[in-house]
Amino acid sequence: MSTVLARRARLERALLLSPVLLLLALVVAVPALRVLLLGFTRTELADGVVTSWAGLATHARTLGDGRFLSALRNTALFTFLSVLLEVTLGTALALLLDRSFRGRGALRAVVLVPWALPTSVMALAWAWIFHDTFGMANDLLLRLGLIEAPVAWLAQPGTAMAALVVADAWKTTPFVALILLAGLQGIPREVIEAARVDGAGAFARFRRITLPLLVPSLVVATLFRSIQAWGAFDVVWVMTGGGPGGSTETLALYAYQSWFRYLDFGYGAAIAVQGMLVALLLAAVVVRLASRREEA
Amino acid sequence: MRRPVAAAFLALGICLAAAWSLLPAAWQALTAVKPEAQITASPAVWVPSPPTAEHVRSLLERKPFGRYLANSALVSLAATLLALAAAAPAAAALCRMRPRARSRWLLGLLLASLFPPILLLFPLYEGVQLLGLVNSPLALVLPYAAFGVPLATWVLEAGFRELPREVEEAATLDGLGPLGRLLRVQLPLAAPSVAAAGLLTFIASWNEFLLALSFTTRESSRTVTAGIASVSGASLYEVPWGQLSAAIVLATLPVVLLVLLFERRISGGLMGGAVKG
Repeated sequence: MSTVLARRARLERALLLSPVLLLLALVVAVPALRVLLLGFTRTELADGVVTSWAGLATHARTLGDGRFLSALRNTALFTFLSVLLEVTLGTALALLLDRSFRGRGALRAVVLVPWALPTSVMALAWAWIFHDTFGMANDLLLRLGLIEAPVAWLAQPGTAMAALVVADAWKTTPFVALILLAGLQGIPREVIEAARVDGAGAFARFRRITLPLLVPSLVVATLFRSIQAWGAFDVVWVMTGGGPGGSTETLALYAYQSWFRYLDFGYGAAIAVQGMLVALLLAAVVVRLASRREEA
Repeated sequence: MRRPVAAAFLALGICLAAAWSLLPAAWQALTAVKPEAQITASPAVWVPSPPTAEHVRSLLERKPFGRYLANSALVSLAATLLALAAAAPAAAALCRMRPRARSRWLLGLLLASLFPPILLLFPLYEGVQLLGLVNSPLALVLPYAAFGVPLATWVLEAGFRELPREVEEAATLDGLGPLGRLLRVQLPLAAPSVAAAGLLTFIASWNEFLLALSFTTRESSRTVTAGIASVSGASLYEVPWGQLSAAIVLATLPVVLLVLLFERRISGGLMGGAVKG
């Protein structure tokens, strides 16, 4: 009797979960396996596209490919800088939103706006903001006396990367801030009050109490954002197209170009898969470091 | 002595946060209604005088922008409904599981949502071609629903679990099966979570670019993110910035309104996921 009921419950559960599993199998699992396999093939353009098994040969091509190495470096730099900026700004924003003041609800809505806007569309807006002659960035910086002459932001490697980082941070800071705000609200007020009574100043309270208790949230935010930034496509494609001279080309862009411009399907897959593997490695390192810190 | 200083710092922080969030969007909105001569003035003219609708008009003449918006709305709405329809039964099953099994499932969903779309792009493109779905809304609806389903399940599951256990038991005693419980009891009672899950999926679908760019080739099938990419000229240096700004404002206005109206639900959904994770 009870086994019949248990079997019924299991069947019911499987049925309830099946639509989600079907969707994820179709759109995530099968394509992920397919791209993994594709990375072991060689694509040749003879009479149409010819695909043949290549073992590790296609993957090995990245080793001697300067463009791959440069894309890897650009991706790492972009990820590091934008996550650093987002987490810093996000922490400040979360601390601000954790205070109580009049109009806090309105401010919360206002700061969430950048997160909700389409990245590709706002990347266009940022290209206009960083326009060399008529852009807002140059105008503001000139008026504030921070630069002496207009800067051609998107035309030089270093400043183009900086512009991308700013655009990305603008969009994703609210997300980081919300995760950290949730973390802040989980810290018991009494702990902070007790430190205040003991005479700890605002900065000491933040360093000694708030920040250590915030570490789990910081890890979650950093992990999420690093993985997303590592796969960044929209903002780079629209703002710089990987230029000038390939100086901002990320792995995602290089894979895209390999597939749709050079029709080198196998190599595009190898680039995407290797990029993913490096990202996983980085994520493991972040988790490892964080758990060690918590133990200490 | 300390209080006024602290208050001044707080006020400064509020102003900086608001300026940082709004200035880039405001600059775009101003450009969209600026007469051409003031757009290309140096030093920049910030406030348009008089404001003009010429950019919006020429944009609508040159591009089927209304069509882009309608396509985006259709695709995003369909993806949202599909994601909710799949996520709701899953969430109902998850919230009845034992904690260990449930966390494993939730973690699995989280991992599925972390796959970068670029990794899946080419196989998805092959699939879309194989099924003859290039330019079809379905080519976008299915992936968008799948991309949205993990977070939607998280948010719904958290909402269902907050419902008092007795309500579900009473429904079972009344003879309702799992679907009846879901439709008559859980979904209506957890309406705020349903709204949060729906809003998050809708916004993410509206904003998607990579697949929209790759799976649509006809003007009439483009969504707004892919359509805008075609508004610009051949290079960044011959861009009709007035028209482009008008396009940007039109494409972002719907999501801006959603955020301003439903900020609490959206942040609640995002933060709920973060608290549990």
